[in-house]
Amino acid sequence: MAMPRSYGGLSDYRTVPAPSFSPYSENGGSVVAVAGDDFAIIASDTRLSTGFQIYTRNQSKLFKLSDKTILGSTGCWCDVLSLTRLVQTRIKMYQYDHNKVMSTPAVAQMLSVLLYYKRFFPYYVANILAGIDDNGKGVVYSYDPIGHHESSKFRAGGTAGALLQPLLDNQLGMLNQENVQDKTYTLEKAHAIVKDVFISAAERDIFTGDRISINIITKDGIREDSFELRKD
Amino acid sequence: MAGVLATERTLPGFSFENCKRNSTLLQQGFKPPTAQKTGTTIVGIVYRDGVILGADTRATEGSTVADKNCSKIHFLADNIYCCGAGTAADTEMTTMTIMSQLELHRLNTGRPVRVSTAKQLLKQLLFRYQGHIGAALVVGGVDVTGPLLYSIHPHGSSECLPFTTMGSGSLAAMTVLESSWKPDLTEEEGKVIVRNAIAAGIFNDLGSGSNVDVCIIRKGSVDYIRPFDIANLKGQKQNNYRFRRGTTGVLSTRIIPLVTESEEIKKTEVESMDTSA
Repeated sequence: MAMPRSYGGLSDYRTVPAPSFSPYSENGGSVVAVAGDDFAIIASDTRLSTGFQIYTRNQSKLFKLSDKTILGSTGCWCDVLSLTRLVQTRIKMYQYDHNKVMSTPAVAQMLSVLLYYKRFFPYYVANILAGIDDNGKGVVYSYDPIGHHESSKFRAGGTAGALLQPLLDNQLGMLNQENVQDKTYTLEKAHAIVKDVFISAAERDIFTGDRISINIITKDGIREDSFELRKD
Repeated sequence: MAGVLATERTLPGFSFENCKRNSTLLQQGFKPPTAQKTGTTIVGIVYRDGVILGADTRATEGSTVADKNCSKIHFLADNIYCCGAGTAADTEMTTMTIMSQLELHRLNTGRPVRVSTAKQLLKQLLFRYQGHIGAALVVGGVDVTGPLLYSIHPHGSSECLPFTTMGSGSLAAMTVLESSWKPDLTEEEGKVIVRNAIAAGIFNDLGSGSNVDVCIIRKGSVDYIRPFDIANLKGQKQNNYRFRRGTTGVLSTRIIPLVTESEEIKKTEVESMDTSA
């Protein structure tokens, strides 16, 4: 509510402002990841915001960790940057120590440990990890801010996570539908559904919009795609 | 007859009977429901022959969009319209009460009401409630003194201006107005400036969005254009999401036959409308 307007006059010198520094901010954004038999898709919107203001319309929230693993992070953007830099460093250390690239399940476990290390001053971040495992199968892991994680076939997170997840459950998991013959999905179908659920999320979540950046992970490497969303 | 729950006549004004209970609940940790806020961009400008009002069409409930195409330019009188920002219910109800008061005033005086009368009634109502009625208004109209534009804040202060804007997108909209408004604008120039100001709010303020509504008030005529501009097109879906027949399972079926007990045919004459008066 607006402050009462005044026409000059003395300010109230007796009122001491309370110390009110908050270490966290909410910078918005959503991530969706889908795992298939031989692929994984992960997408994020590219709007970074605070309150009712947009910082940028062009900031992907996807972080490439290796040729087989991508991390999607939203929440407090400074924590996203700190955490992803730490993860990337630890992946390099692993590679130099063991002379091999870290597998996606190994990264998944490590991320959980890194988050729980900050149990009592957490990273304010919603993480979704997507990639292919050592057998070439698509995997998706999702996290809470303090390291709890689970593996699933598809997952949505971020400010529109609660809007996106039911659509994925229905359209990819075929949940709440009778007489479903085929519960599998191709890369093309998953790719199209990822775009469509973001269109719907941008309609109703004010922190999701502008564009989505999509990464498709297969055994042949990572393919990038982009898709425009509404900009209001 | 009215019952105990719905009394026949209520006292005028607001009911405060739950205030004490609610403050007790609040102390015990109950989270009260929040009202719908119209995080809004509204503008008004004066041009050569009248005023032009503009508004976006997004209503929000926290971070979710509650209404994608709501109407924020309200009718006050034939020659006066009012844009509302703030708590949705407050802008709606204040403009509606003042609308009826203005109509009674017009009937009493036998003259078209003045814009300053509307402004005065609105600000006195808002001041009485000390900012608890969360309505930020831009009132515009044309009366016997010419085109007039006022902005009114929730606490009851007001100013008469050649161009003004309110709501969460007011800073974005004001950049457009400050750089492009000039005295003696034509209607076409004015419409473009209002559109651009609202569009600035729609794109740069997350509380504002969807379409641009515009209302042009001239001496003796009004053009309410809704939508004036569809600033955002909805994305085109890649897939078809029609569900196949049989997707919803049928648990049980029971057919109740209709039994005809008796049959009666009545003929009615067509009543003609009385046009003698």
